[in-house]
Amino acid sequence: MLGITEVVELRNMRAQYLDRMDIERERGITIKSQAVRLPWRSGLDNQEYILNMIDTPGHVDFTYEVSRSLAACEGAVLLVDCAQGIEAQTLANLYLAMENNLTIIPVLNKIDLPAAQPEKFAEELANLIGCQPEDCLRVSGKTGAGVTELLDQIVKQIPSPIGDINAPTRALIFDSVYDTYRGVVTYVRVIDGHLSTRDQIQMFSTGVRHEMLEVGVISPEPVVSKGLGVGEVGYVITGVKDVRQSRVGDTITTYNNPAKVALAGYKDPKPMVFSGLFPIDGADFPLLREALDKLQLNDAALVYEPESSAALGFGFRCGFLGLLHMEIVRERLERESNLTLISTAPNVVYTVTTGDGKLLTVTNPSEYPDGKIEKVEEPIVRATILAPSEFIGTIMELCQERRGTLLGMDYLSADRIEIRYTLPLAEIVFDFFDQLKSRTRGYASLDYEPIGEAEGDLVKVDIMLQGEKVDAFSAIVHKDKAYTYGTMMTGKLRELIPRQQFEIPIQAAIGGRIIARESIRAIRKDVLAKCYGGDISRKRKLLEKQKEGKKRMKMVGRVEVPQEAFVAALTTDSDIDKAKAKAKGSD
Amino acid sequence: MSTLAFYVHIPYCVRRCGYCDFNTYTPSELSISSDLSVTSRTYIDLLIREIEFARESSDATIVPSIFFGGGTPTLMEPKDLGRVITAIGSRFELAKDIEITTEANPDTVTKEKLATLREAGFNRISFGMQSAVEHVLKVLDRTHNPENVFSATSWAREVGFDEVSVDLIYGTAGESIKDWEKSVDTALALPVSHISAYALIVEAGTKLGAQVKRGDVVMPDDDETADKYLLADGKFAAAGFDWYELSNWSKPGSECRHNMAYWNGDNWWGAGAGAHSHINGRRFWNVKHPAAYASMVTASKNPMHEQEFLSYDEKRSEEIMLKIRLASGLDRAELTAREQDSIAGFVTEGYLQAEQWDGGSVVLSKTGRLIADRIVREILL
Repeated sequence: MLGITEVVELRNMRAQYLDRMDIERERGITIKSQAVRLPWRSGLDNQEYILNMIDTPGHVDFTYEVSRSLAACEGAVLLVDCAQGIEAQTLANLYLAMENNLTIIPVLNKIDLPAAQPEKFAEELANLIGCQPEDCLRVSGKTGAGVTELLDQIVKQIPSPIGDINAPTRALIFDSVYDTYRGVVTYVRVIDGHLSTRDQIQMFSTGVRHEMLEVGVISPEPVVSKGLGVGEVGYVITGVKDVRQSRVGDTITTYNNPAKVALAGYKDPKPMVFSGLFPIDGADFPLLREALDKLQLNDAALVYEPESSAALGFGFRCGFLGLLHMEIVRERLERESNLTLISTAPNVVYTVTTGDGKLLTVTNPSEYPDGKIEKVEEPIVRATILAPSEFIGTIMELCQERRGTLLGMDYLSADRIEIRYTLPLAEIVFDFFDQLKSRTRGYASLDYEPIGEAEGDLVKVDIMLQGEKVDAFSAIVHKDKAYTYGTMMTGKLRELIPRQQFEIPIQAAIGGRIIARESIRAIRKDVLAKCYGGDISRKRKLLEKQKEGKKRMKMVGRVEVPQEAFVAALTTDSDIDKAKAKAKGSD
Repeated sequence: MSTLAFYVHIPYCVRRCGYCDFNTYTPSELSISSDLSVTSRTYIDLLIREIEFARESSDATIVPSIFFGGGTPTLMEPKDLGRVITAIGSRFELAKDIEITTEANPDTVTKEKLATLREAGFNRISFGMQSAVEHVLKVLDRTHNPENVFSATSWAREVGFDEVSVDLIYGTAGESIKDWEKSVDTALALPVSHISAYALIVEAGTKLGAQVKRGDVVMPDDDETADKYLLADGKFAAAGFDWYELSNWSKPGSECRHNMAYWNGDNWWGAGAGAHSHINGRRFWNVKHPAAYASMVTASKNPMHEQEFLSYDEKRSEEIMLKIRLASGLDRAELTAREQDSIAGFVTEGYLQAEQWDGGSVVLSKTGRLIADRIVREILL
């Protein structure tokens, strides 16, 4: 589209033009929404139109990005890869668009691929939306086939924005990013009135007034304009340094003629998954803080607070929207600030009612109360899985193992099925996606949405070395899985911790009850037998070298635990493949 | 009156053993005649020139010990070895009770040769026995017939050597506890006053190292090697051989004084290709290859390859590292309060002898000897 509307010259064209982060381009996914303005002379009536498009992410973690983009639109182009077909997240996003009463234009992309099955997926799409299969447009982003027709159809089908040019200005903030050189750049869609550089603007929620330094449109690089009118999408720059001053979902109005009623905004994205992030080198703690502060400027969904772990030192407890979000944040921190981090196993948020009736929100296993516990509630999600029907059995088995409750299933077509389950989010957080992918040879896709909390039979499992709790390894798990977790961790640690001059019992315990036990036998021999004339220098130099190794040891009581053991114990076998699998299933 | 011990390195062997990474060469590696008589004469001439050099650069007067090691010193003519002793004696004062040792291969000595060595001034001899078990010797690439050791040690006694020692190696691939026990018993049945026993170290760059890397040879685990140490120590002690250094046992008064010089941080001069010296906190070592050594000494150049001057901390590290290996141990007062704290746990766990600890010294127990390096790291790191 960017090429055909000539907003990007052919020589500058590249794949995934709007995905500006390295990480997006490497993984072939979209994390951040991007707005772009496209001029188009329609072939149907030969008139000039301005189209404002927002490219959105697809992955479940970024649903909030999608939902706020949808709220800023009149219509949506539902793009389906016709080599892979409809994925669970396609459905989720489709339903979101429908809830927003948007006009939906179904489009099958990548028709140039040899594996494309446009007929099959046109039928599935038609069934979902309630249109005819021949209404689905067929395009190729790569060759440009069908794109002209798509642009014409957008003009024809999607209604023009309705708004009052003369009413007090109301513009909806749908994104807000921090730019090192320009400060906060706020992306808006003007609903009523007009925004221009001459105006002083006011944030509806805070009442704070700002000077407008620049107004412009994205085409697809920022282009300064005199102003933005009704229905237009663009950006404003006010010189504000903190994105929180320019909150997504807020309404911008003018100071001189303020609007009376704000636009319906968005719910703040709520972190679903928590994990501790610790620098491998304790001296990097301030650097990590700085990096998180910086990242948060562009990622309002990221929350964090300092945490100290006896085992891992100083770090941050971070809240994420989901596992992909967690992984991306970690990768960006490491990449953009050159840090090496350890992350603890992710967990969800629990509501614990203690014996004396106190209500606690637990985002970290170490905060889990010790005394009597009345009940524990955990977040529950409604999961939708799409897969070829041959995998029904496999998928149901997996969901049952993970404490799932079947809600229903539907055939999308003769050989494709949609299965719906309620599942504890904690089960999804613990390698569910990897399991799903591997058990369905990569064919299944998953989407989920939180639907509330439910009481669960949950316990905290502690791991102890020589009787000392290692906070980094504590986990809140279902009672039936406590033993598995305990034996898995104690077994792993037995392999990872080197033998020392005393026996090291490794125990997994629920409260005072030991559920698994391993032990590392005392080392018997740690000496070089020979030490004569020429050996002395060599031996002393070896000793000096070992100083470095000693620095990388963390003490748990008297037990020396190499840093690598923590990293390895906290890494699941599938971590390495995870990134690839995730990327594949996300757009 | 300061002392200077001498180590004399003979870098020649008839063949190289698979586990050995010492600075030694076979005649074929050096493309010299397998009859080493010419080499013997010329190499000894070089050593004598280096001793002159030692005389010029040291103010020591008395030589308490001389040790000929290798390589295989007995490949040199006994009279040539004697020339070295004479050269040292003419430039320094030999202590009245001087200990003069040579290492020897039990396969290549005769009673006559031993007698000549004795006449040349040697009074201590150390035989490389390694094992009494044939299949173990085979893995080690050693050729000798286990029975030769008995003859060699007996002849040494007969021709008047005061001190006779054998070296043993344990922890060879394929060596059972029983095999090791047999070697220990065999050694104890010999007319010896001193036994060294080393756990086999697999060194990178040796034939054995390559075999282990390829997986052709599987080394026994450390726990079994630890059992072998304890077994040997028990038997040696019962036979009246007390440990005086981690890998060395002797009858009372038969400790190797030359080796004690290394562990006590005394001064010694190492003469010959690749030999190491230590004088007052300065360590230096010669060029390794005999040809390089020869050309430098012939050109009246110092054959030193490198040297290092030890800082206060380095000297202290070495002292702790070496003295803790001795039965006399370390003076507790030499350690800071923090260092003492860091190893107090080893006393309660029985790795350091409690009685000595209370009496003010740090002495390893039997099991403590097996983790000596760990204890040193705990003190110093």
